[in-house]
This record gives sequence, structure tokens and C-alpha cells, in this order.
Amino acid sequence: MSVDILMPALSPTMEEGTLAKWYVKVGDTVKAGDVIAEIETDKATMEVEAVDEGVIEALLVEAGTEGVKVNSLIARLSGEGAASPSAPEPVEAAKAQPRAASPSPTVQTVLADPDLPEGTTFIKQTVRDALRDAMAEEMRADDRVYLMGEEVAQYQGAYKVSRDLLQEFGPRRVIDTPITEHGFAGLGVGSAMAGLKPIVEFMTWNFAMQAIDQIINSAAKTLYMSGGQIKSSIVFRGPNGAASRVGAQHSQDYSAWYANVPGLKVVAPYDAADAKGLLKAAIRDPNPVVFLEHEMMYGVEFDVPQIDDHVVPIGKAKVRRFGQHVTITAHSRMVGLALKAADLLAQEGIEAEVIDLRTLRPLDHATIVESVRKTNRLVTTEEGWGPMGVGAEIIARVVEHGFDYLDAPPMRVCQEDVPLPYAANLEALALPSVDKIVQAARAVCYVS
Amino acid sequence: MARARKSVEVAKTANSQKDLLKFYRDMLLMRRFEERAGQLYGMGLIGGFCHLYIGQEAIAVGMQSIQIKGDQIITGYRDHGHMLAAGMDPREVMAELTGRSGGSSRGKGGSMHMFSIEAGFFGGHGIVGAQVSLGTGLALANQYKANGNVAFVYFGDGAANQGQVYESFNMASLWRLPVVYVIENNQYAMGTSIERSSSETHLHRRGVSFNIPGEEVDGMDVEAVREAGSRAAAHARDGHGPYILEMKTYRYRGHSMSDPAKYRTKEEVDEVKKTRDPIDHLREVLDAKGWADEVAYKAIDGEVKAIVADAAEFARTSPEPDPVELFTDVYLEAAQ
Repeated sequence: MSVDILMPALSPTMEEGTLAKWYVKVGDTVKAGDVIAEIETDKATMEVEAVDEGVIEALLVEAGTEGVKVNSLIARLSGEGAASPSAPEPVEAAKAQPRAASPSPTVQTVLADPDLPEGTTFIKQTVRDALRDAMAEEMRADDRVYLMGEEVAQYQGAYKVSRDLLQEFGPRRVIDTPITEHGFAGLGVGSAMAGLKPIVEFMTWNFAMQAIDQIINSAAKTLYMSGGQIKSSIVFRGPNGAASRVGAQHSQDYSAWYANVPGLKVVAPYDAADAKGLLKAAIRDPNPVVFLEHEMMYGVEFDVPQIDDHVVPIGKAKVRRFGQHVTITAHSRMVGLALKAADLLAQEGIEAEVIDLRTLRPLDHATIVESVRKTNRLVTTEEGWGPMGVGAEIIARVVEHGFDYLDAPPMRVCQEDVPLPYAANLEALALPSVDKIVQAARAVCYVS
Repeated sequence: MARARKSVEVAKTANSQKDLLKFYRDMLLMRRFEERAGQLYGMGLIGGFCHLYIGQEAIAVGMQSIQIKGDQIITGYRDHGHMLAAGMDPREVMAELTGRSGGSSRGKGGSMHMFSIEAGFFGGHGIVGAQVSLGTGLALANQYKANGNVAFVYFGDGAANQGQVYESFNMASLWRLPVVYVIENNQYAMGTSIERSSSETHLHRRGVSFNIPGEEVDGMDVEAVREAGSRAAAHARDGHGPYILEMKTYRYRGHSMSDPAKYRTKEEVDEVKKTRDPIDHLREVLDAKGWADEVAYKAIDGEVKAIVADAAEFARTSPEPDPVELFTDVYLEAAQ
């Protein structure tokens, strides 16, 4: 009886990886727990252990092969002494042949940022590396800037966003904390009050609920309460929103929560260029900035302009796609879904204008109202819950500033009004999707 | 209201052949269950985060052995072993891991969020340290109801630095709440060793300024765990307030499945596996006493393998939750 060894998934979001090294060869006997291979993903290098006993019958993927899909057949083991009568099936073997690295998912920005100078060249970069570069550049430029959080230094970041920063800047400026969010958020704010410019990383924004008192009561309000004396130039950053099946306590979108608070600025970029430019702006900003990243976007590559100091101003939305029939607003990961929805809608003759909010507070409602004046129809999208949410606020602003231009009641696409379930099918039903955006756009255009 | 049961302290020497064979079987079940969970994760049948209990089995098994009916257990996200110890059906635990309708939360919770009121298991919590306050609240309820029960609150060396732990310690001691805090010190808070995270690394001393007694226990020795656990439970049950047990242990696998574990050497892990493994250790004890032979071990092995295989098959074939489940359990109907 032979046992198939499949490419394992090593993280919630892993879809493929590089089979870096085999530690075994055909004919070797292995037992459960033996390390048989090394696999690399964009986040980590990990060893793969055998889970069954037997003799290695075939290695079906060569060492060094990139882009090996999770669950594809990589080796075969003859189980418990019984020799396998069946040769590996050619079809499956072919599937596992070494192949060229499959290209990383690349999403093209439809429009170049109008603020970029003519002739700017671009490089492909992941959101993860763009964020890293933003921090590194600002740390090089200003000794007051330092990074603090759980696993940011020696571990190189739980999601590898702070990779190599410890090596470049040392432990004075890249500080590993204990698991003590309320405490280190408070220390960060205190050090900001004393003139430093901390970047406080939360492993996820879900854990920042332990620290929300310091973010709101201390960071956001103290300037006001002190009559302008006490300043907190601080960035709180980390992944926000749903990852992939990590359950209700690890999958919440806090956009509306923080955007509700005067004294805070709230930024939620979509692509790598904005992630870099907005993080640099956030670090320089004299106010506390809540910077909402998205785990599912960290590994996605985009064009990033090759200019010395790419700073994107906080408070300006960006029209990602022009259209005259319906306005769709989005931020963070939802921008990608909105753009996909717009492509589908175009096939049926509906031209959607997609606005990437980029900053939630202050909200650039002028850009949205301007768009609605043209399209007369509005769909808002967000990953969070609808009630009292980002979409609710946008619709209120459009009603306040552009009531006469609306030809249909606006619609909100958001997470269903339940804690995010773990089960794969329920999670998919709960989250906003391209299809839900398409449906909403059709509905406000009165197209069935 | 009459005070309920009094605790009986157990000495290490008092463990019977039957006790020890049961502990061996229970620890082996956890080990094999978690190995299979790791395998199902690799196959994509389990998603999200999955924190395995391998290496720490003696703690859940030893502590469970001194609990009485009505006592509560609460822990963080490394919870599969505790659920098995509490007597939950391996099928419903594994099916929750795969997010199926047969799971203990009907697929809505996942690895980190499982519960069983029947087994006295109050979760399964994803936010580091949160269970310490919640567990202290379980103890408050025990005192309030004068039911003679104790809450057993598990947390790791990482959680030991969260502020709410100390707020809870203070109230538990101030009000003499029947709670045993079990610190599973596996020496690494994700990738940060205890030396790099804690000014006082002897975590059993963390209650000193709250007048909470504490002791260090070899968490790789199920008998030592049981003995210390019974002492701590008696203290709490008899109205003397909280007690801290620092279980020195080790996790063999990464923090979660996606942890490359580069912060420690392979040699360090291998050394623990070779010299301190809780299952091997108990097997040596059983051998020395002549209480088990190859036939007995083989029978236990076979039984455990069959349970795990059955649980995995159930978890694989149990249907996904019905879509209507998306909107259930958000609110209860208010009483008329």
C-alpha cells in the first residue's frame, strides 16, 4: 500500500510554495516525525515532517521547484512494508513536474497617480516590502522614529513586514515587546508625548482591542485636553480585517471603529505604492495615525514608483477607474474586489467608477460627491459590518452634499451582520464578494 | 447552603496501576490526535490557525485527574488537549477543526474556539490572557453559588505578561476565589523566549505581591502534575483562595502551523524529546513497576489509533454547516 505525500499548507493563506530541498532520497526509510523536505513560502522556510512510516518510493517534484501548489503530489511512500503494486500514475506525476515559477499575483493599477512626475519608472513590489521600505526610509531619515511590537525584531515580524530592520537599525530602534498590548501601546504613546515618533505594530488589530484605551483615551484626546500642549506623533499599524478562516476573534475590520474618533487619522491603503507613500506620510504626521493593513494583501505585487521620497498625502481618495453609470467606493482589500466587479459590469454595459478611499479619517467626501454628480448612483463596499459603518457614513455625506444628484437609493456591500464564522462555506457567505458588488451595482442601476 | 465536597490530596505514590495506564492512554490519545490534526492541516482540511499541544500532554491529563464534577476549565487557543482531557468526544473536536456541522461549535468556532458546558470546558479563547479574567469570573460564580467547585485557569508564559492577569490575581486573592491558575510555561511565547520577555522568569512567584502561593512543577511528569494539582485544588476548594502552579513544559511543534521556529535549535527540541518526553517518562515508570508489557502497550496503541482514525474520518465526512447557520446564535430570544 503506498501513501501519497502532498505539498502541505503551512499557513492560513498559503496556496503554493517552493520545494527548496529534499532531505531524503528514493529507498530511504522514514518514520513519523522525520524531516523529509524544506519548503519556502514568501513568509517563511519550514521543514516538512513525515506523518507515516515507510520507504520513499518516488520523489515527484525536483528540489528547487517554485510554485508547487498546496495538495499536489510531491512524493510517494510505500507504507508499512507492503510493496506498492501500482506505479505512480503518469497523470499525477505530470502534474508535479518542475515548472517555471508561476507569476506572483499582480494587480495593475488602472490609472497612474496624477501626482507622479512624467517618466517615473516603476518596480514590482509586494505590499509587505513596500511597508518595510517605508519604515526603513523614515528610520534612516529621522532618529526619533522607532518600531516596537511583538515579534518585530528577532522573529522579523509575525508577517515578515519588519524583515531586516533589526539588522539595519539594531535593538535600540527595533524593539521586541512581551505580549502585553495595553502596556506597550501606553509606552509608545508616552514616548511620543516625550517627543519620539514610535511605530507601534500590533500583530493584528484584533489584539489592539487590549490597547484601545491608550489609542483613544491617551493618544487621540490628549492634544485637545492639554490645550494643544501634549502631542502624540505615533503610528499604530498592523493587519486588519479577515484573513483566511482564523475565526471570529481574529477576523474583524476596525475601520469604522477608529474612523469614529476625533484626534485620530485613519489610513487603509490598497496597493503597494499607497502602502509605502501613506505609511511615510503617517510616520511624519504630527498626529496619532491608525494604519490598517490587510494580511491577504501582504504578498500581492504592484507597481511602486521609483522616486526618492514617495509620500502620498493623507486625506485624499483616488479614482482607480473612471465610469459614468455607478460609483463604487472601497478601501483596503475591497478595492481589488471592486475593480474586478467593475470589469464584470463593463461586460454588460455598466461602467463603474471605482474610488479608493485610502484615508477614512479625514474622509475625502468631495471626490465621492463629485463622482456621484456624474453617475447618480452609489454602492459602498467594506469588509466590516454595515450598521454604523464606513458605508453608512459615506451615504450620509453624499446625502448631505449631493442629495439632488442621487437617482437611486445607495446600497452597502459589507460583511453579514454576524461574527465571522470559521467553516469555509459560512465564511464565504459572510464576507463581501465580487458577486455581491456586481449585484448591488445592478440593483442601483435598476438592471435585473 | 452546605459546603460541598472536600478535596482529597493525592500523593505521587498513591497512583494505582489503573490510574497510570489511563494517564498513558489519555496522553497517547492527545499525541496521536494532534499529529493527525497537523496532517489534516497540511492537506488543507483544517484552515486558519492550529496550535498543537504535542509535548504538553502531562499537564492536561494530570490536572484533569483531580477535578470533580462541576469544576471548570478554561484556556487559550492551544486547547485541543484540554478538550480531550475534559472528556469531549474526539469526533466533535476534530470536526470543529475541519469546520463541519459535527463539530462542537457546529463549525462556527474552529481550532481556537471550542466549548462544552457539559464537560465544564469554557473554551478555547483567541486573545492572549483574556481567559485569565474570564476564568477568575468562573471562580467568582462558584463562590457566589457556594457550590464547592474550583475553576482551573490555564495560560502560557506569554500570557503571563498581560495586564489583566494581574488585575485578576488581585481580585482573586482579595476575595479568596476558588481558582487554580495553571501556567503552562513552554518557554516560548510564539518566537520570544521567556528570558527575552519576562523580568521574573520564575512565574510561580508572580503571585507574591498578591499573597497567592505558587509552586514550580515538572510539567513533563504526569504524577508530579497530579500531586501538585491536588494540593492546589484542596487549597482553593477549602476557601483559602487562589493558587498558582507553574508547569515547566515544552512544545515540540511551532507556535502554530505557520511558525518556522527559527528561534530555537533543532538540537534543543531533540534533547527535550529524548530526555523529557512525558509519554516516554510514564512508560519508564510503568516498566519499572512491571505494570505494563508489550501486549498492553500494543492494545492501548491500537485503541488510540482507532479512535483517532475514526475522528479524522468523521471530521472529513461530516457535512459543512447548513448556510442558514450563518445567522443563528447571534442573539437569544428575550424571555416574554
